[in-house]
Amino acid sequence: MRSPEIDIGLDGWACPFIQAYVVSLVVILNGENVQLDFMNTRQESSEVNRYNLKKRIRISELLIQGFLFLCGALSIFITLGIVYVVGKEALLFFRNPQVDLWAFFTGVKWQPQAGQFGILPLVTATLLTTLIAMLVAVPLGLGVAIYLSEFASARLRSLLKPTLEVLAGIPTVVYGYFALTFMTPLLRSIFGRDMVDIYNTASAGLVMGILILPLISSMSEDALSAVPHSLREASFALGATRLETALKIVVPAAISGLAAALIIGLSRAIGETMIVAIAAGAGPNFTLNPFKGAETMTGHIVRISGGDLSYDSIDYNSLFAIGILLFFITLVLNFISQRIVRRFREVYE
Amino acid sequence: MKQPVIAPSETSRDTDLPPVFEANLPSRHLQSRLWRAVFRGSTLVGIVFLSLLLYNIANQSFGYVAIGNQINPASLAANGVNLQELDQQTLIEILTANISSGLLRQLEREGPLTKYSRDEVYNLVVEKVVRPEVVQTWTLIDSLFHAAEIRAQAAQEDPQAELHFRSWVTPRLLSVPQSSNPLMAGVRTALLGSLWTTAITVLVAFPVGVGAAIYLEEYSVQNWLTRLIQTNINNLAGVPSIIYGMLGLAIFVRSLEPITSGAAFGFSDPTTSNGRTILSAGLTLGLLVLPLIIINAQQAIRAVPASLRHASYGVGATKWETVWHHVLPCAMPGVLTGTILAISRAIGETAPLVVVGVATYITFDPSGPFSKFTTLPIQIYQWTSRPQAEFRNLAAAAILTLLGLLLGLNALAIVLRNHFRRAGGNL
Repeated sequence: MRSPEIDIGLDGWACPFIQAYVVSLVVILNGENVQLDFMNTRQESSEVNRYNLKKRIRISELLIQGFLFLCGALSIFITLGIVYVVGKEALLFFRNPQVDLWAFFTGVKWQPQAGQFGILPLVTATLLTTLIAMLVAVPLGLGVAIYLSEFASARLRSLLKPTLEVLAGIPTVVYGYFALTFMTPLLRSIFGRDMVDIYNTASAGLVMGILILPLISSMSEDALSAVPHSLREASFALGATRLETALKIVVPAAISGLAAALIIGLSRAIGETMIVAIAAGAGPNFTLNPFKGAETMTGHIVRISGGDLSYDSIDYNSLFAIGILLFFITLVLNFISQRIVRRFREVYE
Repeated sequence: MKQPVIAPSETSRDTDLPPVFEANLPSRHLQSRLWRAVFRGSTLVGIVFLSLLLYNIANQSFGYVAIGNQINPASLAANGVNLQELDQQTLIEILTANISSGLLRQLEREGPLTKYSRDEVYNLVVEKVVRPEVVQTWTLIDSLFHAAEIRAQAAQEDPQAELHFRSWVTPRLLSVPQSSNPLMAGVRTALLGSLWTTAITVLVAFPVGVGAAIYLEEYSVQNWLTRLIQTNINNLAGVPSIIYGMLGLAIFVRSLEPITSGAAFGFSDPTTSNGRTILSAGLTLGLLVLPLIIINAQQAIRAVPASLRHASYGVGATKWETVWHHVLPCAMPGVLTGTILAISRAIGETAPLVVVGVATYITFDPSGPFSKFTTLPIQIYQWTSRPQAEFRNLAAAAILTLLGLLLGLNALAIVLRNHFRRAGGNL
């Protein structure tokens, strides 16, 4: 008895499914006449067609491959789920007669109770904290990366790098606590209690900078270390100092990785939640003064959804409008960073 | 591994060079040294911040506390015996004499007072009758260096209050549930909630994540779909965690409420609030850490040498047999390390859980995946948001608990990696 040989001449991802489907059809139609090799027929079939070198179909293998494919495809469903679910609720918000799309993007007052939905106060607060965070994290992060990759000895690097990565592993709620109980009193003692509110964007931004510092330094260090040593040696041979080699040879060679690290840091700062929820203040406030309290997009979502929120209210839907904006901002930033890496990557043999 | 770089020594100068090369050499070397100091400085700043963070938490976790009692324990002492040394019978008498009948009935509903152990009765007397309250707290540094001033200040402002040096991190903190009195409050329920949630997260994210990594590394062919999945996973890793919270709220809490609240399985626990259960939170965090697990597992699988696979195919193994018996065991150290890092991220996540709607005030232990619960970071967030200083101290103690948990997990990662590396050494 022979197993049916099925070759439908397809390849690619769809092949295993179609094969599995066809095989199961054959099994159903022919009943017991079909023998598949996961049934214990190896002895017999090897007698009959000893030289049949055609690919055999193994149902269990196909099932496993199908399952693994589903695992991989799940990530796409998550993205679609985010876009669909968050987008659906956001659409309900924009369709609401109280909401004017123009006022949404240009209004300077966010007061859901009063029916005023201008997102600018939330956006400026987000930009303010992000700007402060980047002002802290970019120079420090690049400095750390250049020091670790170009100046530090191997032993020092193996000690310092994990230490900085500990910073990256601390939960953000701890940073929020740090901002409120350490950074804010510090700022208030430096600039005076009248200048600095208890809740202010400056302390949240500074601590957020510390949070993304290890992220930027670690990714940048990887990029710098990936530059081949022959470039450095050539530069040294021409008489360049370590600094000249680092800044004029290694940094330009690794620029794509550095840019990607900065953009990832930026997107992380925009999406950061707990620090601003704890330290930046509760209540949308259209201000550019870093010592005043203001609520960021993420902080607003957390505060409102932490309270008693009735579903199907415009408050609830407005959170999703903010959420989808946040999602697209970070998505675009991530895409840009990936494009930069792919486009400007120098490939060394 | 980095090769040693032969770098020019910055202090030695080559005197053989013609003068024209010498002209700006000292200034170039000076510049190099200056900038090296700057770079070293920025590294130092990073380390200093890490130390400040730890210092700040330790500073808040210990220190003097002035405690005022509603009723002076000395007045409760019977026949000259201290409250601490009274026997159970006398304590029960004190308790019944001093609390309202409603509270007494509520206590007896859980069992007659004689069933309680002596220590439990003592704790009840302290909690319900003596009712200690924090008057003021001081930080560790103040307590160490200005102890005399603190004593003077406390004696002057509130002579009734007792001044203790208190460690907010105690074994008691781990064993008692949340309470509105900071002296009585603990993190037991929050800790259990965190462990339950994490268990569900691992159960969901680990098999799916490793499966996806195997598919992408071993099975997929290079086409648009594979590239789409890969790009998509990289992007998902960068989506803010709060967005996952919104996804969890809309899907697990609201749309799948019959399943996540356990109603579909016949669990009608009256204490659960809608779909805001451990299951919803665990699934949400599972989605959150999935991309991280996939990316880490992919790197580990990619590092397995191709010769291993070829040898396996050579002796007639099928694709899955090769993956299961050879590739996976070899990649396991990397996969596990990546997973544990992702899990530590999940344990520390706060924002998505706030959005999903985890309860903040829970005094009973979670009983299963359909139970209402709270987690450690949520507890920390909630205590930090309170204006009273004693809750900040409590939050610091909870943070130390959380950091201890994370440290334990990371140590486990290292142990596991070493174990598997030794086991895989004879490959």
